Amino acid sequence: MIVELGHFALILAAITAMVQAVIPLIGAHKRWPGWMAVAEPAAVIQFLLTALSFGALTYAFVLSDFSVQLVTANSHTLKPMLYKISGVWGNHEGSMLLWLLILTLFGACLAWFGGNLPPSLRARALAVQSAVGVAFFGFILLTSNPFIRMKDAPFDGRGLNPLLQDPGLAFHPPFLYLGYVGLSMAFSFAIAALIEGRVDAAWARWVRPWTLAAWVFLTIGIALGSWWAYYELGWGGFWFWDPVENASFMPWLLAAALLHSAIVVEKRESLKSWTILLAILAFGFSLIGTFIVRSGVITSVHAFANDPERGVYILAILALFTGGGLTLFAARASTMEAKGVFGMVSRESGLVLNNILLAVSCFVVFVGTIWPLVSEIFFVRKLSVGPPFFNMAFTPFMIVLGIAMPIGGMLPWKRAKLGKVIRPLLPALALAVLLGGLAWTLQTGRSLLGPVGLFLGTWMVFGSVTDVYTRTGKGAIGARLGRLGRLPRADWGKAVAHAGMGVTMIGVSGLMAWEEEDIRVAYIDQPYMVGAYELTLQNVREAPGPNYLSTKGTVLVRKDGQDVAVLEPEKRVYPVSAMPTTEAAIDYRLMRDVYVVVGDPQDDGGYTVRTYIKPLTNWIWIGSALMALGGIFSLSDRRYRVAAGARKSPTGGVPAE
Amino acid sequence: MRLWQVLTRAAMVVLIALPVWAVQPDEVLDDPELEARARVISKDLRCLVCRNESIDESNADLARDLRILVRERLSDGDTNDEVIDFVVDRYGEYVLLRPQTGGSNLLLWAAGPMAFLLALVLAGAYLRRRSVAPEPVANSLSNEEQARLDEILKD
Repeated sequence: MIVELGHFALILAAITAMVQAVIPLIGAHKRWPGWMAVAEPAAVIQFLLTALSFGALTYAFVLSDFSVQLVTANSHTLKPMLYKISGVWGNHEGSMLLWLLILTLFGACLAWFGGNLPPSLRARALAVQSAVGVAFFGFILLTSNPFIRMKDAPFDGRGLNPLLQDPGLAFHPPFLYLGYVGLSMAFSFAIAALIEGRVDAAWARWVRPWTLAAWVFLTIGIALGSWWAYYELGWGGFWFWDPVENASFMPWLLAAALLHSAIVVEKRESLKSWTILLAILAFGFSLIGTFIVRSGVITSVHAFANDPERGVYILAILALFTGGGLTLFAARASTMEAKGVFGMVSRESGLVLNNILLAVSCFVVFVGTIWPLVSEIFFVRKLSVGPPFFNMAFTPFMIVLGIAMPIGGMLPWKRAKLGKVIRPLLPALALAVLLGGLAWTLQTGRSLLGPVGLFLGTWMVFGSVTDVYTRTGKGAIGARLGRLGRLPRADWGKAVAHAGMGVTMIGVSGLMAWEEEDIRVAYIDQPYMVGAYELTLQNVREAPGPNYLSTKGTVLVRKDGQDVAVLEPEKRVYPVSAMPTTEAAIDYRLMRDVYVVVGDPQDDGGYTVRTYIKPLTNWIWIGSALMALGGIFSLSDRRYRVAAGARKSPTGGVPAE
Repeated sequence: MRLWQVLTRAAMVVLIALPVWAVQPDEVLDDPELEARARVISKDLRCLVCRNESIDESNADLARDLRILVRERLSDGDTNDEVIDFVVDRYGEYVLLRPQTGGSNLLLWAAGPMAFLLALVLAGAYLRRRSVAPEPVANSLSNEEQARLDEILKD
């Protein structure tokens, strides 16, 4: 009964979405306040109905109602409660319902907090948001209904893919979706602005916090996924340039570009049409990401045939919204006149460079991701594009970005002198050169990657420190430090996020350049050396888990005669799905991880054991966390608080700083 | 304990079918220099039956065969390029994770740099326009805004 209610609520939500996509649009065009006012209650009702529907599906999963097809296919009574709940979105149908839940949540937020927006802009944005909703409601109801019942309910379910039974991955999809779908707000506002024919500072003030929030969620989602890959897949890779990963990385890059270009629109009323274009593209890439993940078209051309209906449907949604958005953009963009005047060297031009680098690197990822498909169709060459390509083609842009970021971040608006800006940065530069040079002399016969990464990272971190410090003005050091606490949160947010990017760069390059690896057959109680560490496999035993069987090893790690850690790597087998997983044991430290994986027993009584010493790995995720934290700081700034967007005069004209 | 026994039996069936597991100790060459070269090559070769893995990471039997093949060729004195050419002859360019630069792939490799140059030119032109544009005359209001302003001022 509850399941049927959920299904019914979903259908009602779809109908509400159709109404909301049409009536307010007509109302805004004809200037009929009553018709425009339909949008807000409709958005709230839509969200409540979708939440009800989502709740019904969750209920079915929690109670293990195996009369529902989806629950049978993805759940099992022995599964821990956390994974029963995360099982709701651990499959195609449920994840699309989560997508819709978030989409309607954003719509409802716009209705709740958008009271101060110009009514026609608000009505139009809500209508566009709802049009996206209609497409996805149609998709889920017509091709991916999660509420289908079985004729005969089985005794137990088939379980969730064991790889997904992990706390990191339980929350990875919701964060990614919050990010993907968060960009729909920027899209809706961009289309609404194109229909209105105007973009002003108030518009940018609204779009920026939403984009920033979406970007923060994407950052967290991507970092969780990467961390999961690191400890779960058994050899400590953190990024594979897999099409599915790229699908989340491209919107991240464009969202980063968008939230920077929106600053220029907000402060200087320039870059308007470019910002609109970015907003359309950023959400377009979210849709492309959904298409890639859900159709499997790029991972394997044949997977497409498995589910042509779904793939074609999402492709149609993608074509409609991205294509439609771009067409509208082509028709209307010229009406957006720029107002600001600025020199070749200025904060504005720095942000333009930022946008070029982020957009081009996104383009590189995009071309690399779809090239196998393009090449097969147009050039009849079946080929692969793997990590070596991306590392070579993508990294240079990140290096330039790293070099430019501290300088660009300190340039004043309108007109700047490079020399004047660089002078306070000289200590940071000297420190970076020193550390990079030190790393270069200490390592012999290795690639330049490590030293270059360390140089860039240090430059970015201390560049951010310099930036914050120079903002305290002049005077005695004590007084300036005292003023640090009173800086606007947005300044802190910028510095923390920029420094986070530097920390991540140090982590990535340190791990890639200085990793040590050891693969061997280890025997019980026979110590062996890896780098500076002495490892001893003490025992291997069988141990049962809640819904799996585990083979657990105990490895003692010592350094300089001192015990460092006792690690217990596991190998698990999940009988329900007959799938093995490796659970690496990791001794996490700030400067390095010791990463041990135990493998198969050998005929002579030994075990395959793989050991990695991974320097600076955790910096990757500490840096990601800092980036997200920086975004949150900025969001909490009084001036940019989500709801505060339009409180300033909606007719625009916000003076530049 | 009954359930535990059932699970154990089920697991035994499964364990027999387990795949082998990335680079195995018995594959590793004695000469560390050759082994290092083998690792470099393996990272650029795709496991043909996997989703998106190099033979260096893959568990599949086919990947193991390829890893051993690479090491045999290296031990026989092939250069890195000769080994890669040999594998490509056998399996086609699909096996390469680092796509070749020739022919239509030139587009792939040039896409980034070309886009960057184009963007720089366009942005340069834009910046020049903005730097010489005249400062706009104060914020002029549209009729509608003027009307709204009048209304507010009247209150």
